[in-house]
Amino acid sequence: MNRIILETRNIVRDYHIGGSLFRKPKTVHAVKGVSLKVEEGKTLAIVGESGCGKSTLARMITMIDPPTAGELLIEGEKVDIAHQKLAPELRRKVQIVFQNPYGSLNPRQKIGDVLMEPLIINTDIPAGERRERAMQMLTKVGLDEKHFNRYPHMFSGGQRQRIAIARALMLNPKLLVLDEPVSALDLSVQAQVLNLLGDLQDEFGLTYVFISHDLSVVRYIADDVMVMYFGEAVEYGSRDEVFSSPKHDYTKTLFAATPRADVESIRARLARKAA
Amino acid sequence: MALLEIENLVVEFATASGPFRAVDGISLSVNEGEVLAIVGESGSGKSVSMLAVMGLLPWTAKVTADRMAFRGRDLMKLSSPDRRKIIGKDIAMIFQEPIASLNPCFTVGFQIEEVLREHLGLDGKARRRRAIELLKAVGIPDPEERLGAFPHQMSGGQCQRVMIAIAIACNPKLLIADEPTTALDVTIQKQILDLLMRLQTEHGMGMIMITHNMGVVAETADRVVVQYRGRKMEEADVLSLFEAPKHAYTKALLSALPENAVGDRLPTMPDFATLEASQDLGTLR
Repeated sequence: MNRIILETRNIVRDYHIGGSLFRKPKTVHAVKGVSLKVEEGKTLAIVGESGCGKSTLARMITMIDPPTAGELLIEGEKVDIAHQKLAPELRRKVQIVFQNPYGSLNPRQKIGDVLMEPLIINTDIPAGERRERAMQMLTKVGLDEKHFNRYPHMFSGGQRQRIAIARALMLNPKLLVLDEPVSALDLSVQAQVLNLLGDLQDEFGLTYVFISHDLSVVRYIADDVMVMYFGEAVEYGSRDEVFSSPKHDYTKTLFAATPRADVESIRARLARKAA
Repeated sequence: MALLEIENLVVEFATASGPFRAVDGISLSVNEGEVLAIVGESGSGKSVSMLAVMGLLPWTAKVTADRMAFRGRDLMKLSSPDRRKIIGKDIAMIFQEPIASLNPCFTVGFQIEEVLREHLGLDGKARRRRAIELLKAVGIPDPEERLGAFPHQMSGGQCQRVMIAIAIACNPKLLIADEPTTALDVTIQKQILDLLMRLQTEHGMGMIMITHNMGVVAETADRVVVQYRGRKMEEADVLSLFEAPKHAYTKALLSALPENAVGDRLPTMPDFATLEASQDLGTLR
C-alpha cells in the first residue's frame, strides 16, 4: 500500500453567525464529521450540491480555516493551525486551485509575479532562480516564456486556469486541492485542463483532492469518490464501487439527475415523447 | 409553419481595433412546438444571435439579415414600439444568471405583474391572481406568500423558476432559453429542465435552447444547430447528431466529453487547431 498523504478523522467545522439586536446568534454546521484517506499519487473526488460543505472541507484541508473538532493529518503529521503557527514547510506541501480563474488572479499583477510570489513568501530562493523556475513552470503547464510579463486580462479562461495551476505547483506541493477547476470552462478547454492535470500527476506523483459537481468529469478523473450531503459524507468508496452500486438515496438521485448524452437514452426519450 | 425564420444573420460589433464579427451568416428556423438546441462554446455567437432576435443588443452592434421573420412578420422592419409588443409577449427569453437578471429592488410579485400590466393590461386583482397561478405552475410552494419575496430571499433554482414564470406569463409562442441551467446544481438542473419541457408540451411552444452542455441537448432537443466562431457547423436532428456527427468539429466536440474518453487522455486543442487549419470550417448544407 502506498503512503497516506492526507487523512482526516471526524473533521468538523461550525460557523458562528453573530447575533444582533434583532437576531439570535446561530451556528451553522458546515461539515459534520468527515473522515477520509488519500494515498500518494491518487485522486479523491468530492461531489455534492452547492452548500453541502465541500468547499469548507477544502479550506480545512488547505489549512486556510482551522477545523472546529477532529484531526487533520498531512503525511502522517498532525496539523493544528488553531493552536500553533503554520510552518512554511507545511504550507509548501498543500496548495489549492480555485474555481473561478477570473477571480483568483490579481488583475494588477503580471503573470511572472503571480508565479514568483509563493516563492518569495515561503522560501529564500534568490531572485534569479525564482525567475528561472517561473519560466520553467510556464512551459510545463503549456504556456510560453513570452507570457511572463503579461497581465491576467490578456489570457483566456483556460489559460488563466493553467496559470492558477502553475502558481499552485511553484512550491512542489505533495497535495493539490482543486476546487471545481473546470466548471467555468468550455468543453474543449476542460479537456485540455483535465489532460494537463493527468500529465502533471504522472510527472510529479501529485495527489489530488478534486471537488466537482460534474459526475462525468469525476468518473473520468477520480480513483476514489466521496459524496457529500448537508455536511456529511453519505457515500465514500472507490470510483467503480460508487458508480456501479450507489447506496445512499442522494447518490441515486444525483445519478438519475445527470443528463446522459448517449444514443440509447435519446432514443428512449424520443420514444416517450412520441407516445 | 415556421415560427421564426432567420436567414444569413450577421452581427458586428464596433471595437477599437475595427469591426468584430460575432455572428457570421447564421440561418435557422424553428417550427411551432419544436425544440431547437443551439450548441457551441463561449464566443461562438449563440447568445448574441438570439439577443439580436430579441433586439437587446447595445448600440455598438450592427445587425443585418436577409430575413428575420416571426410568424411571417419581418422583425427588422418593425418600428421599436411595434417590436416591443411582440418581445416579451410572443417571444420571451430566459437568461443564464437567474439571480442577476431579476431586479433586486422589487419583489418577485411586482416583476411578474409588470409583464402582465405591460402586455395584457390586466387590472390589479387579475394580475395578482395570474401571478399566483404562474408561481404555482412553476412549482414554487405557497405562492401567495412568495409574491412578496425579494430575489435575494430565494435560492438560485427558485429565482430561475420566477424567471420562467415571467417568461411564460403571456403564453409566448416562442421561448428562448439562454443557458437556463448552467448556474444550477445537477439535481436542480433536472427539475428546471423537466419543468421547461412540461410547459413546452402543455402550451405547444416553440423553444430555442442555448447551451454548451451536450447532456442538456440530448435530454431536451428535437433538432440541433452546432455553432463555432459565429458560423453554423452542422444542423441535424438530435439522434443523427449523436449517432453519426457529420462535421469534424461536432465529432471533436463529442469526443471531448469525459464520458466518451478513449484511453486516459482526452482529444484536445491541438486537435481543434489542426482541424481548423486542415479543413475549411464552412457551413454544411
